[in-house]
Amino acid sequence: MLKIDNLHASVEDKTILQGINLEVKAGEVHAIMGPNGSGKSTLASVIAGKEEYEVTKGNIEFNGEDIDELAAEERAHKGVFLSFQYPVEIPGVSVTNFMKTAINETRKAQGLEDMPAKDMLKLIREKSELLEIDRKFLSRSLNEGFSGGEKKRNEIFQMAMLEPKLAILDETDSGLDIDALRIVANGVNKLKSKDNAVVVITHYQRLLDYIVPDFVHVLYNGKIVKSGTKELAHELEEKGYDWIKEEVNA
Amino acid sequence: MDLKEKLLSSFLVFENQVDIDTYVHDVRNDAIKIFEEKGFPTKKEEAWKYTSLNKILKEDYSVFPQQENAIEYKDIKKYFIHDIDTYKIVFIDGKYSSHLSQTTHDGMDVCLMSAALSKPKYRILIENYFNKAATKDSLSSLNTAFSSEGAYIHIPKNKMVEKPIQIVHFSTGNESATMLQPRNLIVVDENSHVQIIERHQSLNNSPVLTNSVTEVFTNKRAIVDYYKIQNDGSNASLIDNTFIKQKKESVASVHTFTFGGKLTRNNLNFFQEGERIDSILKGVTIIGEKQHVDHNTLVHHIEPNCESHQDYKGIFADSSTGVFNGKVIVEKEAQKTNAFQANNNILVSDKATINTKPQLEIFADDVKCSHGCTIGQLDESAMFYMRSRGIPEKEAKALLMYAFSNNVLSSVKIPEMKQRITKIIANKLGVDIGFDL
Repeated sequence: MLKIDNLHASVEDKTILQGINLEVKAGEVHAIMGPNGSGKSTLASVIAGKEEYEVTKGNIEFNGEDIDELAAEERAHKGVFLSFQYPVEIPGVSVTNFMKTAINETRKAQGLEDMPAKDMLKLIREKSELLEIDRKFLSRSLNEGFSGGEKKRNEIFQMAMLEPKLAILDETDSGLDIDALRIVANGVNKLKSKDNAVVVITHYQRLLDYIVPDFVHVLYNGKIVKSGTKELAHELEEKGYDWIKEEVNA
Repeated sequence: MDLKEKLLSSFLVFENQVDIDTYVHDVRNDAIKIFEEKGFPTKKEEAWKYTSLNKILKEDYSVFPQQENAIEYKDIKKYFIHDIDTYKIVFIDGKYSSHLSQTTHDGMDVCLMSAALSKPKYRILIENYFNKAATKDSLSSLNTAFSSEGAYIHIPKNKMVEKPIQIVHFSTGNESATMLQPRNLIVVDENSHVQIIERHQSLNNSPVLTNSVTEVFTNKRAIVDYYKIQNDGSNASLIDNTFIKQKKESVASVHTFTFGGKLTRNNLNFFQEGERIDSILKGVTIIGEKQHVDHNTLVHHIEPNCESHQDYKGIFADSSTGVFNGKVIVEKEAQKTNAFQANNNILVSDKATINTKPQLEIFADDVKCSHGCTIGQLDESAMFYMRSRGIPEKEAKALLMYAFSNNVLSSVKIPEMKQRITKIIANKLGVDIGFDL
């Protein structure tokens, strides 16, 4: 589904990604871990199409198609979703109106009619229940005044609404207490199928107890320096990242 | 002959043409003297520093459109809020159009200035109110000198006017360049409530200059909601001079929606003459090309325990220019005044300009006055966030602009009006937003 080949990316002439290779197949869960500043969030943003980042070398293939040149919205229309580490507050636009616009714009791009209002309401109800989101919450301005946990739950709610093929969860666990973490992970697990894939970016092994990865990768200095299975996450939890750094630097 | 000379020489002819009582005649004669002495304002005056009338004064305007021009309702329906029942006072090239209007004398007067200025039964009201709120600046004086037609609205006490009143001025452009000087007088007595929508609309591309004066008297505990839709063609310029006098415990609000026109200057003045008065001034400006919009507001707090709320949002694209000059005066006696002012602007292009200037003159010591102005660009991180959810760039921009204007839009009390404004904005931004804010 996702094939990243020798990806180099920079922002304002500073190179952050220095040759990433990664393949994610349908039905898989990948975890990307790594110390601060290793380029995890950059990788997520580059896949989602943030314009500030320039791809200087390599490419990103999504379902057999090069997507490096596509705008963020076009990637979204093809089924790429990024759950933001810091969801942006948009005063004046309610969660419901935002979702309606997002869904209908995606449908428009796919040559479909707007979703009938009745179906939209039903979908919103269904998915908000899945994430245990209060109905009142949906008429509030998007992310404005939301707690950290509410913001992250709202991200997964959006993911549930949009049903992406590839979901990248960028530190979705940060700022969550254990109950919220369980709700969010439960939501993600319910949305998982053999046809979609999830990339979980995290510092800690904690989230991976709930969303169990098939593969774990360690990102360091803009490169994937080690890959393994979920046991690697446990090892990192126990020993930290220093041994990896030493291995790389040796 | 320049426009000033043309106007001065026309005045003599005009004054002999119209049938008016001596009181108004005297007021007019005084007014033309003021205009003769002061002339058109120039950039040398502080209040006109960022707005030059030079270019628009160069046109050869016909000052008294002679020709009667008829328009079919179906051709101009879209300029009305037509999905609700309203009173209408409609003018074509400065002349009253009875077949497009719906006026009333049933328990109140929603009719014509020309009638009020000439018929004896209105004399007392005219003597009490006509030109009693307008200041003696040159443009208002020019309008006063030539005032003969416009809307006259008198709502007697304890009356809730159920239908909004639309005042619409059309210019046909059939006589090439036209100058119009409508004069509106609105008197709302104790405990009464009225909603007014005003619009100026040119129907072709001939130059039009409108120098309008509206006087509003909001008596004790009266409520006036005034909406101005300014979405005129690219050759139409408007100088709107509005003066609102408020008596105690009254509430007056003016919403100004500016989306078009070549040059638009709003001189909006509130005078609070009583306690516990609330004055509300809100505006959304979205312009582009080489358009110019200048909001020049004044709130004069004279008595204690009053409030004023100003909230102006502006979005400027292309080479458009904007000005916001908000003056608040709090007199020594006006203790416990709450005066708030906000002016937020987004510049969408590198060539757009906004000059924003709060001007607070506070002589009382126990007051709360705040002002804030911001100038920024569209939030890039919000743009990426929305686009990553599948909302294309243009729609994402539009959504952010809507959101930016939402504070002002949400206080519009006529739902159909709000929908209309939302549609005009969507149209302006070239998008189709599938919901109303």
